[in-house]
Amino acid sequence: MRNPQLNADGQLQHLLTLEGLPPEVIGRILDTAVPFVSIAERDVKKVPLLRGKTVFNLFFENSTRTRTTFEIAAKRLSADVINLNIGVSSTTKGETLLDTIDNLVAMNADMFIVRHGQSGAPHLIAQHLSAANRSHIHVVNAGDGRHGHPTQGLLDLFTIRHYKRDFHGLTVAIVGDVLHSRVARSLIHGLTTLGTAEVRVIGPQTLLPTAVESLGVRVLHDMREGLVGCDVVVMLRLQNERMKGSLLPSAGEFFRHYGLTVDKLKLAKPDAIVMHPGPMNRGVEIDSAVADGRHSVILPQVTFGIAVRMAVMSILAGN
Amino acid sequence: MKIEIRNGRVIDPRHGLDRNTTLYIAAGKVAALDDAPAGWHANRVLDAAGLVVCPGLIDVSARLREPGFEYKATLDSEMAAAIAGGVTSLACPPDTDPPLDEPGLVQMLKHRARSLNGAHVYPIGALTVGLKGETITEMGELTEAGCIAFSHADAALADTQVLFRALQYAATFGYRVWLRAQDASLARGGVAHDGEVATRLGLPAIPAFAETIALDTIFELVRATGVRVHLARLSSHEGVARVRAAKKAGLPVTCDVAIHHVHLCDVDIGWFNAHCHLVPPLRGTRDRAALRAGLADGTIDLICSDHTPVDDDAKQLPFAEAEPGATGLELLLPLTLKWAREEALPLSAALARVTAEPARVLGLESGHLGPGADADVCVFDPDAHWRVEPSALRSQGKNTPFLGFELPGKVRYTLVGGHVVHES
Repeated sequence: MRNPQLNADGQLQHLLTLEGLPPEVIGRILDTAVPFVSIAERDVKKVPLLRGKTVFNLFFENSTRTRTTFEIAAKRLSADVINLNIGVSSTTKGETLLDTIDNLVAMNADMFIVRHGQSGAPHLIAQHLSAANRSHIHVVNAGDGRHGHPTQGLLDLFTIRHYKRDFHGLTVAIVGDVLHSRVARSLIHGLTTLGTAEVRVIGPQTLLPTAVESLGVRVLHDMREGLVGCDVVVMLRLQNERMKGSLLPSAGEFFRHYGLTVDKLKLAKPDAIVMHPGPMNRGVEIDSAVADGRHSVILPQVTFGIAVRMAVMSILAGN
Repeated sequence: MKIEIRNGRVIDPRHGLDRNTTLYIAAGKVAALDDAPAGWHANRVLDAAGLVVCPGLIDVSARLREPGFEYKATLDSEMAAAIAGGVTSLACPPDTDPPLDEPGLVQMLKHRARSLNGAHVYPIGALTVGLKGETITEMGELTEAGCIAFSHADAALADTQVLFRALQYAATFGYRVWLRAQDASLARGGVAHDGEVATRLGLPAIPAFAETIALDTIFELVRATGVRVHLARLSSHEGVARVRAAKKAGLPVTCDVAIHHVHLCDVDIGWFNAHCHLVPPLRGTRDRAALRAGLADGTIDLICSDHTPVDDDAKQLPFAEAEPGATGLELLLPLTLKWAREEALPLSAALARVTAEPARVLGLESGHLGPGADADVCVFDPDAHWRVEPSALRSQGKNTPFLGFELPGKVRYTLVGGHVVHES
């Protein structure tokens, strides 16, 4: 089966997942993002790479932050950006998901940035466009269900590379709700593709997928044990609805076991960096002293995120 | 009407028959084999040289979608699909809208089906009113109206006390009960097998033990009540082992597998192929191997299509939102032949799983070609291959994971009650 996001020449057609993406393609995106970081520091923060192109931000699930970063990225590339917050699942709405797509195709869209609550929705859209001979329209997955969030994964990789330069000797720990996390899945695929020495996932059994080892990670339930010797600690967001019920007894108990504190962070390497995809729950998965402390690279992640998204859109548009 | 099916390879699994000969049909029944009855004059002769002549297929689970889901399929379309697939008898589950929980609905369905002059339709009644899992149905009335068994289809029956009483009641009168073993709470929200694929794709998962826990419950209730239970759509390695042990212990249970699960596993989901969204979920390669082994040793009695036509609108959705199920009436024979070839099984042994065995489980007289049997016959070319494409399917549902496959087995003639109802 051909990777659905690469065209016959092996070039990036859509960005749907980091799984199966060749390391060269990931490397090219990260390299392309480097000069885009400095564009943001200039007076005129625009380049004309997407001039005349229409980018639709298609958000079936609310997310102010991700939508905003995509919007900024597209505008800095001089694209016309249309934001659509559909906000509800395609089945409860009168119009089906693919009807929506067909309508936007008729408006001559060039790129869809898709956020959807269901795993696989961007794949469905990409397949639909292929079947309708509209393969020139690109799809970027901005987060689908529990499946993937490839631009987040790429910005995480960019951040790690920025601070640690090379992946081969690194130990990276991903902590918390891996089960429901598209961020974790994308990052794990990216890290293993780039040859990271050890990727650990740390969390209670209720928040880890059954076959998580098959992704190429080491599973630990004890956070103190898991943080020993880490170069990078990635904290995952714990959604409010997971904090009570049958997955976890309370936010407080979660913090006691899996919250990142200054004390626990001492077990990692002295120059370890701490990352978080945001938005953070202070006092639930991360202590404020860590979030605002010297190891934290959480705000640079946001800055890099715009550059990485610019790189993805620019490469998809053929630059 | 006298029909002579000449020089075919006649395979009748129930009678261990497999040889080239001629079948004589008169007055809707099998009149003779080998030698023509005295004074024989055929009204029609079907040349079956190079073809297999076998009992019409009996499919124990085919959704016809009437009443209530006519936009997905109709009796007309699905009966045409049945006979095009060589299926001459089928049992339909009660999950229509409304469910088959009232005698009037069952009578109407039987009446409509008879008027179409296609396959014999055997409704399975709802075990509880509205399939809500609360009140047991009027099983006596429903049986009189034509129900051959009672089931809960794929609807959850979470209350074990209700299940226990339904089984007690059915046992009292000797009714058969069909159950799909799945713990309702463990399966809640799940759409894929809990394994590597669901982990990678981020799909809500159903663990294999949702099946074994339910099987253990059912077996205890069978012991307590003595009811005859047919286990529908086994899916897991551990499930097969449980059924094997239960049969060895002498419990009155039978069991089937859907043809999709004989061929596919969760890896076939690929990148979210919604055609592989099935109930129960496609499980791992180890589970598929166990299902095949279970068929080989008789733990699993038979194969069904679990035919579920779904309209495009309901399938062209993200995997979890897409309606589960696949069309299957026209693929049951080809996929059974494919399985037989892969396992190097004698044709007769494979065909038994879709003729004699389902007849036994359903308690039907048909499913064989002995003298005096109803002349429900399937004549097919085992070596002709065809490509599964929407245009090649009569079923209104074009939803199948096998789209694009080249499959063996083309039905040339289907006879129901001695009449040629399909030829191609």
